[in-house]
Amino acid sequence: MTTQASPDAVAPEVESPPRLLDVQGLTVEFRTSAGWSRAVDDVSFDVHPGETVGLVGESGCGKSVTMLSLLGLTRRANARVSGSAVFEGHDLLALSAKELPDIRGNRVGTIFQQPARSLNPAFTVGEQIAETIRHHRQVGRKEAWRRAVALLDDLSIPNAEKRAGEYPHTFSGGMCQRVMIAIALSCDPALLIADEPTTALDVTVQAAILDILRAIQDERGIAIVLVSHDLGIVNEMCDRTNIMYAGQVVEAGDTGELLAQPRHPYTEGLLQGLPENMVGGRLQAIPGNVPPLDELPDGCHFAPRCAYARAGDCDAVVPPLVLDDGRAVRCLRSDELDLVGVGAR
Amino acid sequence: MSLLEVTGLCKSFPTRRDALGRVREQHHAVKDVSFSVEPGTTFAIVGESGAGKSTTARLVLRLIEPSAGSVTFDGIDVCALGGRELRLLRRRMQMIFQDPSSSLDPRVSVGESIAEPLVVFDRTATTKAQRTERAAELLERVGLAARDRLKYPSEMSGGQLQRVAIARALTLHPDLIVCDEPVAALDMSVRAQVLNLMKDLQSELELAFLFISHDLSLVRVIADHLAVMHRGAIVEQGPAEQIFAAPSSEYTSKLLAAVPVVSGPGSRQRRARTVMEDA
Repeated sequence: MTTQASPDAVAPEVESPPRLLDVQGLTVEFRTSAGWSRAVDDVSFDVHPGETVGLVGESGCGKSVTMLSLLGLTRRANARVSGSAVFEGHDLLALSAKELPDIRGNRVGTIFQQPARSLNPAFTVGEQIAETIRHHRQVGRKEAWRRAVALLDDLSIPNAEKRAGEYPHTFSGGMCQRVMIAIALSCDPALLIADEPTTALDVTVQAAILDILRAIQDERGIAIVLVSHDLGIVNEMCDRTNIMYAGQVVEAGDTGELLAQPRHPYTEGLLQGLPENMVGGRLQAIPGNVPPLDELPDGCHFAPRCAYARAGDCDAVVPPLVLDDGRAVRCLRSDELDLVGVGAR
Repeated sequence: MSLLEVTGLCKSFPTRRDALGRVREQHHAVKDVSFSVEPGTTFAIVGESGAGKSTTARLVLRLIEPSAGSVTFDGIDVCALGGRELRLLRRRMQMIFQDPSSSLDPRVSVGESIAEPLVVFDRTATTKAQRTERAAELLERVGLAARDRLKYPSEMSGGQLQRVAIARALTLHPDLIVCDEPVAALDMSVRAQVLNLMKDLQSELELAFLFISHDLSLVRVIADHLAVMHRGAIVEQGPAEQIFAAPSSEYTSKLLAAVPVVSGPGSRQRRARTVMEDA
């Protein structure tokens, strides 16, 4: 069920602090042979101008589907999306198929995990950047090309003028990701959505791409939503972080505080499982597996894997996401627990 | 004596030939690589993509022929062996690949996949019941249930499939398992479980691992000895602890500095990092 709010109904209200993106109650379900299964369950988060917000979790936790829904990429017959996502006064979930492209690629830029696969092999990279510019801006071919070259130059691609005329297969993975970033930035977006932007890259190239993202953010004041499974990257990049598990946000807050003092057992489990917290030569792994979406346990989705789960409570009801002093936690026992974070050992 | 002794290993691939088919240009994927692996220990090779790690792994198993150099396994020169002897030696050296969903046959139950090496090598020496029993025993060994042998790969998660791949590698009681990025495709919570399993199996079964990875934080968990490869050559090797504590090559230091860590300075103290030029 899609909320049918007209664009006027969600006219922006000036708030403090201002929100660039406000996602409320986003729920995405997909039709499967076993009925509707809920990939994203009542996810809410917001993004202020110029900040980086992380969406973190393992595969199947709904972080990518959340992003795709914001871009209108889950509008299919086999999917239903509800909730709202207000961006610069428009509800992205309610925009018509005609209105959406005016925002997508223009006010919101996107980069994906596999840069080489996201580019069209049959066109030069310069053409692909210029195409986006010409689609959204009233400029001629020459001007669009000039801007494309300037962008490549900004992203420290050597010999940009010549490289713009080359095809994607002559670019390495890190260079392809720079081209993707150039496309995403070509229309000066206010928000950049980055879905695992460095997962397919080598660590040194990853470091370079993360540096670039930080630099363009400082220069242009762009807000970034960063989807990642790597807590190290999240620590280095994100001002605020949402930890997701089985379609739900289980913990959200300031990144530094959240990592130093987790309040959800899953967050603690992820941190304790890292190599730096090895005990006696063994990693402290979270037992069990992420449940498949059609076999979610009753009650807290994490309870079957949780060392602190209390029978009778945790397996009875899905705990609400409770907001307390800037931190949101979805755990019945979070007040009683004294969880260990980074640097406590 | 070392279990595996690699000396001066080289491999080059032709990239351009002239009209007569003579090689005019070649790419040196592996250049003069030497190392040794002791029984029951883990030797890790780390490096970025294109460094020659996987090519080295394949050369060790002689899945591809080296251009020069030698590989000695338990005193036997692997490169000098012919078909039958090579097959016999391969019982003792197994491999685990990165993506278990593509390295297991989707049309065969996992129990049959695990028992298949016995069909290939010991068809007459074992009965079908014995092979089934061995598969069930191995599944329990890697933390799955014996009844899972009836499942097909499509019914299992990535972490479970990698356990199956490990079980299959253990079927013939090998001395060495070459693991090419064995946990790179797994989720973080499952990754820790699989690494723990590998460590347990190593101490119980006296296995040696040749562990190929691009992820230094994983290598830190499992490696006893470590070689860092860059552009086909080993730039540094030695005991893992020593390299992590005090890397002697500049390349290793850069690699270590590039790994994002949770305990490092956060987004607010964005650290200036040594950024390497993306080649």
